[in-house]
Amino acid sequence: MSDIKMTIIDRDGQRHEVDAPTDMNMNVMEVCKAYDLPVQAVCGGMAMCATCQCYIISDHDLGERNDDEEAMLWEAQNVKDNSRLGCQIPITEDLEGLVIELAPEE
Amino acid sequence: MITTDILIIGAGPTGLFAVFEAGLLKLKCHIIDALAQPGGQCSELYPKKPIYDIPGFPEVLAGDLVDNLMKQIEPFQPGFTLGERAETIERQEDGSFIVTTNKGTKHHAKVVAIAGGLGSFEPRKPIIDCLEKYEDKGLAYMIKDPEDYRGKRVVIAGGGDSALDWSIFLADVASEVTLVHRREEFRGALDSVEKVEELVEQDKIRLVTPAEILDINGEGKVESVLLQHNDEAKRMEVIECDAFIPLFGLAPKLGPIADWGLEIEKNAIKVDNTLDYQTNVPGIYAIGDVNTYPGKLKLILCGFHEATLMCQSAYQRIFPDKRYVMKYTTVGGVNGFDGSRKEAEKAVVKKIGNKQNV
Ligand SMILES: Cc1cc2nc3c(=O)[nH]c(=O)nc-3n(C[C@H](O)[C@H](O)[C@H](O)COP(=O)(O)OP(=O)(O)OC[C@H]3O[C@@H](n4cnc5c(N)ncnc54)[C@H](O)[C@@H]3O)c2cc1C
Ligand code: FES
Repeated sequence: MSDIKMTIIDRDGQRHEVDAPTDMNMNVMEVCKAYDLPVQAVCGGMAMCATCQCYIISDHDLGERNDDEEAMLWEAQNVKDNSRLGCQIPITEDLEGLVIELAPEE
Repeated sequence: MITTDILIIGAGPTGLFAVFEAGLLKLKCHIIDALAQPGGQCSELYPKKPIYDIPGFPEVLAGDLVDNLMKQIEPFQPGFTLGERAETIERQEDGSFIVTTNKGTKHHAKVVAIAGGLGSFEPRKPIIDCLEKYEDKGLAYMIKDPEDYRGKRVVIAGGGDSALDWSIFLADVASEVTLVHRREEFRGALDSVEKVEELVEQDKIRLVTPAEILDINGEGKVESVLLQHNDEAKRMEVIECDAFIPLFGLAPKLGPIADWGLEIEKNAIKVDNTLDYQTNVPGIYAIGDVNTYPGKLKLILCGFHEATLMCQSAYQRIFPDKRYVMKYTTVGGVNGFDGSRKEAEKAVVKKIGNKQNV
């Protein structure tokens, strides 16, 4: 298993090219935090706060949103069609080249 | 005015343990928290989740940890101002502080310890114009005393546990309960969902889904809300009511503390050093998740450590002429402010004494 490369666009529009390990059971929110990007992740990754909301910019197929994710995004603000909760997206090799943008803070 | 030695802002694990450490030094504490119950993130976000990294507890539920901390500080009789947010701080000439909450409660303290975690948990508000006009006039984002709703017509909005739980509770208290949710599914405990279904069948709750409240109307207080059914026709309906309670969860905000003239870095309060976690304003400390310094870890354990060092420094600040000699609780026991005393068993004390030839 190897690292994948992903791009995170922060709230100032700056692009960060980062390496994300596929063998550490990490999710997109944790990768953002690991690179000190301003993702609060208040609920610790339980799909309960939406502070890890991001927009998927590349055309990767991330599968359906799970029920908790769907419900949280229903209540959150600034939600778009391509919104996802970073904490609900596990890092896998299929995500090579993923580009995401952090959603504005509520 | 409430007076105390150390005023602690935030009743999370860090703030609660600070009461204990202060108590050992015979310093009195008072705690303010924006939430109606103590425990901070542990109570608000994950009371039923087990924590594995509290020393001596192979596993403990977050809610139980909070209960234990409350029990541990009981002898020191801290005061609590709950459900109020610390809003302003004024430094007095003698170096003490007056902290006032959003409800106007004033607290005077020699030392202020900010244990505010991620900030005060503020309700997520619906996107409706002129919300402020109705706040506390029929519009509330959390229920403090259900009795306030006795005999009233209540509209609750939301799809999580609190919307479900309060609808169930108020079904017996209010004269009418309408539960409105944007989706048909609820994100709550299965038995709460089933209970709501039962009460809907008994006509004790009116359930409107999928629908959204778009507006509030009334002269000086809530008299009705405008609801949009999320069906094809987007049908509108006016629901006459005395109270509107949107329960969309809570999000933390550093809030007013950010304007207290303290150095802030990345949404946290910078502390000058890790000797005592004092901020750039002498007499104001920042402990637990709310502070930042090189190497900071946001863990309960680290908050406990910081609280301990903060109290030692606060003691020196309050009593500059007294020298404090640290004692182990196994030797000194714990003296409450109520005169209660817990001592280590004599046998143990004697053994230690013998060994040290005291
Ligand atoms: C899902 C999850 C799991 C976690 N698991 C662990 C774990 O296993 N182990 C671990 O060590 N840590 C864990 N943590 C982190 C841990 O919860 C925090 O480190 C800890 O709660 C910090 O405690 P605190 O007292 O500093 O702040 P908090 O718990 O955030 O408490 C701060 C309190 O201050 C109040 N407050 C803030 N500002 C004001 C104001 N102006 N006026 C009034 N009140 C105010 C807030 O309402 C809040 O109640 C977890 C966190 C989450 C979200
Ligand atoms: S971290 Fe809270 S929803 Fe993702």
